[in-house]
Amino acid sequence: MLEIKDLHASINGKEILKGINLVVKPGEVHAIMGPNGSGKSTLSSVLVGNPAFEVTKGSISFYGKDLMQLSPEDRSHEGIFLSFQYPVEIPGVSMVNFMRAAVNEQRKYRNQLPLSASEFLKLMRDKRAVVEMDNKLANRSVNEGFSGGEKKRNEIFQMAMLEPRLSILDETDSGLDIDALRIVAQGVNTLKSAETSTIVITHYQRLLDYIKPDIVHVLYNGRIVKTAGPELALQLEDRGYDWIKEEVAE
Amino acid sequence: MKKGNNIIKKFTKEKYKYGFTTDVHTDIIDKGLNEDVIRLISFKKEEPEWLLEFRLKAYRHWLTLEMPTWAHLTIPPIDYQAISYYADPRQKKKGPKSMDEVDPELLKTFNKLGIPLEEQLALSGMAVDAVMDSVSVKTTFKEALLDKGIIFCSFSEAVREHPDLIKKYLGSVVGYRDNFFAALNSAVFSDGSFVYIPKGVRCPMELSTYFRINAANTGQFERTLIVADDDSYVSYLEGCTAPMRDENQLHAAIVEITVHDRAEVKYSTVQNWYPGDAEGKGGVFNFVTKRGNCKGVNSKLSWTQVETGSAITWKYPSCILTGDNSSAEFYSVAVTNNYQQADTGTKMIHLGNNTKSTIISKGISAGHSQNSYRGLVRVAEKTVGARNYSQCDSLLLGDKCGAHTFPYMDVHNETAVVEHEATTSKISEDQLFYCNQRGIKTEDAIGLIVNGYAKEVINKLPMEFAVEAQKLLAVSLEGSVG
Repeated sequence: MLEIKDLHASINGKEILKGINLVVKPGEVHAIMGPNGSGKSTLSSVLVGNPAFEVTKGSISFYGKDLMQLSPEDRSHEGIFLSFQYPVEIPGVSMVNFMRAAVNEQRKYRNQLPLSASEFLKLMRDKRAVVEMDNKLANRSVNEGFSGGEKKRNEIFQMAMLEPRLSILDETDSGLDIDALRIVAQGVNTLKSAETSTIVITHYQRLLDYIKPDIVHVLYNGRIVKTAGPELALQLEDRGYDWIKEEVAE
Repeated sequence: MKKGNNIIKKFTKEKYKYGFTTDVHTDIIDKGLNEDVIRLISFKKEEPEWLLEFRLKAYRHWLTLEMPTWAHLTIPPIDYQAISYYADPRQKKKGPKSMDEVDPELLKTFNKLGIPLEEQLALSGMAVDAVMDSVSVKTTFKEALLDKGIIFCSFSEAVREHPDLIKKYLGSVVGYRDNFFAALNSAVFSDGSFVYIPKGVRCPMELSTYFRINAANTGQFERTLIVADDDSYVSYLEGCTAPMRDENQLHAAIVEITVHDRAEVKYSTVQNWYPGDAEGKGGVFNFVTKRGNCKGVNSKLSWTQVETGSAITWKYPSCILTGDNSSAEFYSVAVTNNYQQADTGTKMIHLGNNTKSTIISKGISAGHSQNSYRGLVRVAEKTVGARNYSQCDSLLLGDKCGAHTFPYMDVHNETAVVEHEATTSKISEDQLFYCNQRGIKTEDAIGLIVNGYAKEVINKLPMEFAVEAQKLLAVSLEGSVG
């Protein structure tokens, strides 16, 4: 479904990704780990078409479509979802209005009629339960005044609403206490199916205790330098990244 | 972030929807301004002598005045001799008695603007006075309102039919000596609406005036006079549009409102005069004096305005709180895009004891525009227990526009409580990208954010207007960020 070939990307003329190759199949969970500054967040930004980054070389295809030709919103409509590391606050825009616009835009793209108000509110209620989100949060402005944990929970709630085919979780575990982590991970696991894939970007093994990866990659200096099974994450937890850096240097 | 800016810049620019012209025979008097022109206007309108005298006094006073320069506006020199001061798009017959007599072209024009003048087609619960150029084309539901004693008619008709009321109230809130544009308007004003709500009557429908400039090189100088007698209530709406023309058009209006004991007036405006093109060519100069006097005890006046149009806006809907316990509100959203300039706000003059005023102003600037809030809160020396709350927010889209706030407070009594809050914010690339990632296009995202920001004011508008205003906000800002 997702196939990244020799992807190079830069920001303000500085090359961050230096040839990424990655294939993610339906139903798979991939973890991407790596030290700070290795390019993990850049990779997620490039996948969703953040205009701050420039792709200088390579290709990304998603279910046969050339992602590079699609606008960020159409990538979303195609079923790519990013749970942001730092979800932004949008004062004045209620979660209800925001989600309604998002859901109905997606439906329009798929030639479906917009949901009626009652259908939509029912969907909100059902999906809120997935992440045990309070009704009060749903009536507030997007992320405004949310705690760190509430913001992350809100990301997973939106993911539940939009039912993506590929979810990218960018450091979703950062800033979460253990209870919030459990709820968020449970949410992600509930939404997982044989047709959907997940890319988990994280520094730590902690989140992977809850969301079990099939494949673990180590991203270092803009390249994937190691790929292995879930045991790799445990190894990294024990030994840190230095041994990988040394391997790469050799 | 260069690429990001490009994405935002490339929105298609929605054309001004109301920019068409109507091809009707229009009786336009020669350009220029002098006493003969004023006599001619007065003659054409078959006015009584005292009104001509009022005009001439105003004109002579205007000649002694200079155009004000204190506003944060760059106004190109205006040649007052290059403007025609009277344009009548009606056919020769006198004011139409029924729809059959109104020129079908004019009906079509107002239909196209979404203002059907046939009563059976009209929005239920709304009576309209339709003014094109210098004259009122048609006032709907006039008879139905008269049954309740409510007078709602064109200004010219009011001069003929209700001279005592006009004599009593004309210039009583905004005198012709008030300012440059008020003097000009008093000299050459053409038509407008007159509203009188008798004692104890609650007006059963929204009253509205729709102003349309059509003819080229003409100015529009209308006057609206609203009187709410004791214990009455009225909600009044004003809408305006103009064709797209390369030349600037001058609009200098006066609105005067008198609110008697325990009466309440709500005045809402959706101002959408042609704003000029993306390069700042053309557009309406909107120099308006609006003021109400809360004359009676416990009287109440509220101004709500959504200002999206005009090349230049100079407008401060104000309240004089004369009656004890009277209260006033000012809710404003002013949007400027491209090269538009707005200097708008309000004045709240507290004279009566325990008077209360609220000011909520939301400025939105985009493109190369300049948007200023200018407000005065004055509490007189003998006024006890006055209370004011002001909130002035500015939202910036892009980095080439300007937002300015000029709040003046002039408080002479120590029992007054005056509060002022102000914020400035910006729609960030991050917010827009967040919306994009959720499948919401940038222009829709701006619409969501702007409407969220302006919600507090929009909610004050009557419902039909609120929906229109929401759409208008989004359209006005299309192609704006970058």
